[in-house]
Amino acid sequence: MRIKISKATVQGEFVREIETISGESLLACNQCGKCSAGCPLAFCMDLLPNQVIRLAQLGIEDVLDSQTIWTCAACLTCVSRCPKGIDLPRVMEAMRLVSMARRGNQIEAAQIPGEMISEVPQLALIGGFRKYSS
Amino acid sequence: MGIAYFPGCTLSTKATGYDRSGRAVAAALGIEMNELEEWQCCGATFPLATDNAMALVAPTRILAQSQRSGGHVTTLCSICFHVLRRTQYFLDQKPEFLERINWFTEEPYDGNSRVSHFLEVLRDDITWQGLAEKIVHPLHNLKVAPYYGCLLLRPQSEIGLDDPDAPVILHDCLDALGCQVISFPYQSECCGSYLAVSKPDLPHKLAGEILSSARRNGAEAIITACPLCHFNLDYYQRPSQSVSPSETIPVLYFTQLMAVALGLPDDQWGIENHYVDPLPLFRQVVPMQSYQTD
Repeated sequence: MRIKISKATVQGEFVREIETISGESLLACNQCGKCSAGCPLAFCMDLLPNQVIRLAQLGIEDVLDSQTIWTCAACLTCVSRCPKGIDLPRVMEAMRLVSMARRGNQIEAAQIPGEMISEVPQLALIGGFRKYSS
Repeated sequence: MGIAYFPGCTLSTKATGYDRSGRAVAAALGIEMNELEEWQCCGATFPLATDNAMALVAPTRILAQSQRSGGHVTTLCSICFHVLRRTQYFLDQKPEFLERINWFTEEPYDGNSRVSHFLEVLRDDITWQGLAEKIVHPLHNLKVAPYYGCLLLRPQSEIGLDDPDAPVILHDCLDALGCQVISFPYQSECCGSYLAVSKPDLPHKLAGEILSSARRNGAEAIITACPLCHFNLDYYQRPSQSVSPSETIPVLYFTQLMAVALGLPDDQWGIENHYVDPLPLFRQVVPMQSYQTD
């Protein structure tokens, strides 16, 4: 895939939007990779957490196509390890919100199997709908 | 000693055993837990977007209600604790949000409250020594692995309960009960949380790793303070998964072990509705009463 990076993308609306919603400074990240090394869900991510933040720094909106933003469970392991004090789950949340504002919800109640609804605890349903619908 | 108690959605429905054992244990230790008169779900997630004040209305309303009972509210659920504690911290740091949120909370929250997890009440108010002195059946033969999960500990700057990488609070509690406490490398790894709803195969994989690590390290039971961790770990071992009986491991709340060790009647242990039955394990360590005919 060919990616074009320019001043326009790096200083563009997308970077500003993510930084405003998350309250985090994307350029604070120096790509040390500790977030990806410690992430318990990195094994199944199409982009590693540090790669997500790298694409966001460069203003590449294709990052919203990544399943990683829907796989992050906000366990905050990366937050406790980031040497630059970046709250990456806040960046992930900002991307989820931008994605849902553009493309709609990621989860619909009707799609969840009945067996699952009767088994899972209430807080999983509430948490899931808070994260994957708006 | 009286404290306002916020049970939360899951302890009132799926995790009633945690609620019952927690209330019984508190009563046995002389803690008067006064359930908030009228409460609703805390939202189950702390909002991570800077402008999401709406999601803070529910937890703020709970903090406002706790003011009626002296301003100290405690929870058993790790996630409720996480949400309430971070909400309190956020409003403390950003008082400009408080006025906006108070438009929606019926009674205004004055910004002063203490949010604690029940483990914290045990550590700071009862003390481990005080707990140890009340033990009737020390659980000397039980090898247990404390499992902290995520939200009880992180982010440390806001939660401040314990060291996020080397926590001891559950260890100390189980130690006071006389258990043989086993540390294992996955003690604060994520169980997959609410991905149970959207991508259930992921919590399934994570739970498998956590459980097998605990077993490899010699644990006979895993002890948690979170009803979602409990679900993800226990559900992985449900009968339809055909996990061999020799490979299953009971998942218990710390309050259930406390109820046993404090010599409370077994109808207060709250150990029904487990996928992996903990009774065979308990039969090895303490005398049984009402469960004997099972």
